[in-house]
Amino acid sequence: MKMLGRSTFNSVLGVVYPLFFATIAFFMFRAGHSPRPLLYASLGAAVMGIWSSTSTSAGAAMARERWHGTLELLVAAPTHFSFVLLPVTIAMATIGIYSMAATLLWGRLVFGIDLQIGHPVAFVLAIPATVLSIGALGFLLAVAFVRFRQAWALGNMLEYPVWLVCGFLVPLSLFPGWVRPISWALAPTWGINAIREAALGGSPLADIGMAALLGFAYTLVGIVLLNRALHAARAKATLALT
Amino acid sequence: MAVVEADNLGRTYRTTTGTLRRRSLEVEAVRGVSFEIGEGELFGLLGPNGAGKTTTIKMLITLLIPTSGTARVLGHDVVKDATWVRRRIGYVFGGDRGLYERLSALDNLRYFAELYAVPAREQKRRIAELFELVGLTGREKERVEGYSRGMRQRLHIARGLLHDPPVVFLDEPTLGVDPVGARELRATIASLAQGGKTVLLTTHYMFEADQLCDRIAVIAKGRIVAEGTPQQLKDRVVEGSVVEVEVYGIEDAVVERLRTVPGVTAVSVEEHEQAQLLIVQTAPGQELTHVILSQLDGARVGRVTSREPTLEDAYVALVTEP
Repeated sequence: MKMLGRSTFNSVLGVVYPLFFATIAFFMFRAGHSPRPLLYASLGAAVMGIWSSTSTSAGAAMARERWHGTLELLVAAPTHFSFVLLPVTIAMATIGIYSMAATLLWGRLVFGIDLQIGHPVAFVLAIPATVLSIGALGFLLAVAFVRFRQAWALGNMLEYPVWLVCGFLVPLSLFPGWVRPISWALAPTWGINAIREAALGGSPLADIGMAALLGFAYTLVGIVLLNRALHAARAKATLALT
Repeated sequence: MAVVEADNLGRTYRTTTGTLRRRSLEVEAVRGVSFEIGEGELFGLLGPNGAGKTTTIKMLITLLIPTSGTARVLGHDVVKDATWVRRRIGYVFGGDRGLYERLSALDNLRYFAELYAVPAREQKRRIAELFELVGLTGREKERVEGYSRGMRQRLHIARGLLHDPPVVFLDEPTLGVDPVGARELRATIASLAQGGKTVLLTTHYMFEADQLCDRIAVIAKGRIVAEGTPQQLKDRVVEGSVVEVEVYGIEDAVVERLRTVPGVTAVSVEEHEQAQLLIVQTAPGQELTHVILSQLDGARVGRVTSREPTLEDAYVALVTEP
């Protein structure tokens, strides 16, 4: 994070980018003239920022390790590589909290959206559950970055489909039935549901539980796959490649 | 007990060529390398570029899995007990890479101190000691991107010593460093061995290995071609002589032909600005100057000299043996 902060260009992009998401989402939903869809869009755009930050930055962070020649040093350290990788992806997801705050503030100041939270305590619980589960999903992706040099492109490629399939902007009911299992397997679906339910006064606890459970499952699967990826990278001598 | 043991280590790389019709190739980088390093010894692995030095060191530090043979550090297998071995070794490589450019030297060391589980209360003292050891005290808060090659290399050494490992692997640590900086680095490396650490140093500089190492293994084309103390290696070439011929435009075929001349023990060519220097080592009691000149196929010849062999000639003879 300190390295990212050292680049003024990166920092300015990081500050401005979420506001574009928010503006597009607000214009899309303002046609409805109802405050609920606007709040729906506002929260969706906010979580979009968390996912975008994780999916694109986690891949870029691993690509940077390759370029710096530090990937080998991280793998050769006695600390298990998952303890290096997981904090990176969770840190990237945490940066996304800024985009959430900025999106909500932008909506309030520019578009006059009143954010009244139905269950403030549940809302406060839903945010870390969502951030951590998205960070864990990013970890699962980052395992691919360790094994395959060009896998950062996968992170970029998955940015928009996840927005759609997890229902950040469009209700899941609009998608064909076969998409549902994919949505259910993705923690951001449950995270955004939890945040919306908490904000709109519904019952978010089951959604929070599912997001946390999936995040835990991603972490476990990620550690197993990472061990395999590291063994394969040491056998095929791909760690030093840029 | 040997601290580092390599037993018939081998490593093959698979690669592909071609775009549409892909063909798989196998490159044998290391072919059955064996050696042992005793406690507190400074052992040199000396060889030209592409000889297999870095591949050997990467197998020993657990970054590459050998395709044949075994290796142990402090009695533990580097494949089966990789984490145990990693806690007890330090690894330093030469070149610009391996540091976070946008962070300060201090932040770089703090991060790696965390990864090497240096206790938080010891980190500050340990990092200060290491900056002192490598002569970077006062520059620690500067970003690494502003560091010279020599400073980066010294920071690499500090990083490799953060957890005070008993065994240190140094892979061409003076690569690309100016003569004064390289001399300072060599002094630091010598101090590691004096402090009781077991050190494996790879280099392609004969004088560096001669100056620093207790024992040297010469590696060429993935095999160890000679092993012993620097003096034992020098003794291999005290006899015989060297003929140096300044030539203009010598062809590879001529060099190959010279290698087959009876009495010739090694042939090498140094590229100079406009000419090349042909260096031919001959066996004791052989006067081959005329034979060598007759083999040059009419190439323009400049100065011709004959001299006693040096340590560098010993190295060249070893690594150019067919």
